Amino acid sequence: METTTKDVQKQEAAAKEGVERTRSKRLYVPPVDIIEGRDGLVLVADMPGVDENSVDITLEKNLLTIYGTVEPEIPRGHRMISSEYGIGDYQRTFILSDEIDGGKIEATVKNGVLRLTLPKAEAAKTRKIPVQAE
Amino acid sequence: MLWNNNSNWFWDPWDEFDRMRQSLSRDSFRHSSGFPAINTWVSSDDSVVTTEIPGVDPANIDISVVGRTVTLRGSRRADELQEDESYHRRERWSGEFSKAIELPFNIEADKVTAKFNNGVLYLTLPKAEAEKPRKIEIKSS
Repeated sequence: METTTKDVQKQEAAAKEGVERTRSKRLYVPPVDIIEGRDGLVLVADMPGVDENSVDITLEKNLLTIYGTVEPEIPRGHRMISSEYGIGDYQRTFILSDEIDGGKIEATVKNGVLRLTLPKAEAAKTRKIPVQAE
Repeated sequence: MLWNNNSNWFWDPWDEFDRMRQSLSRDSFRHSSGFPAINTWVSSDDSVVTTEIPGVDPANIDISVVGRTVTLRGSRRADELQEDESYHRRERWSGEFSKAIELPFNIEADKVTAKFNNGVLYLTLPKAEAEKPRKIEIKSS
């Protein structure tokens, strides 16, 4: 299902049991698209306020975690009269299947959108087996 | 439903009082709901409006200002899939948006500035000169 602008809602992350945050900032779960192709996956995440220096991508065993730090730009000497969205960091963790080659993950950030390319390991790529006529 | 929660900001009784006073006055500030979510600040000279529209090409953001109303329009297209690609997950928005908000004062339209950094639009909208308080000099006779 395609998500239209009517359904958009910034989702705050639920704290994991037994894990407490040391920063007082809020934490959000970025919405993602995951596209699977023959050679791998493409993961796209909306993380407004994040640039290439403020996003961390870690892969531990098969857990891929993306973390974006946001330094909010609050106008000085102003009074807030309407707040429709909150500002905070982003975090989300994915379990990768064994077929992804962890060493070849690439990431770019543009206009607050993170794009990860996760190539499949050679062995996992779908191969087309030609069927020969007898 | 859109995310809209004023209570997450530190509660300040004077702010609350201010809001009540504002809602009673005729010039009360009203914001519409809908996408994109907008935060608004004011000072005695101007207003700052921010919104998060990641992935939108800045060339495709249309900002128009009339009187005290600011209208934002834009769009974002979904990725075009290749023949052998398919979505596993699809949570990101796509399509067009248009939203108008009303500020508590008229805007000096020529002096509005906009910047777009990392998917966050930041508008500075100066108050119209005619609405700024003026110091009246008293001439001695």
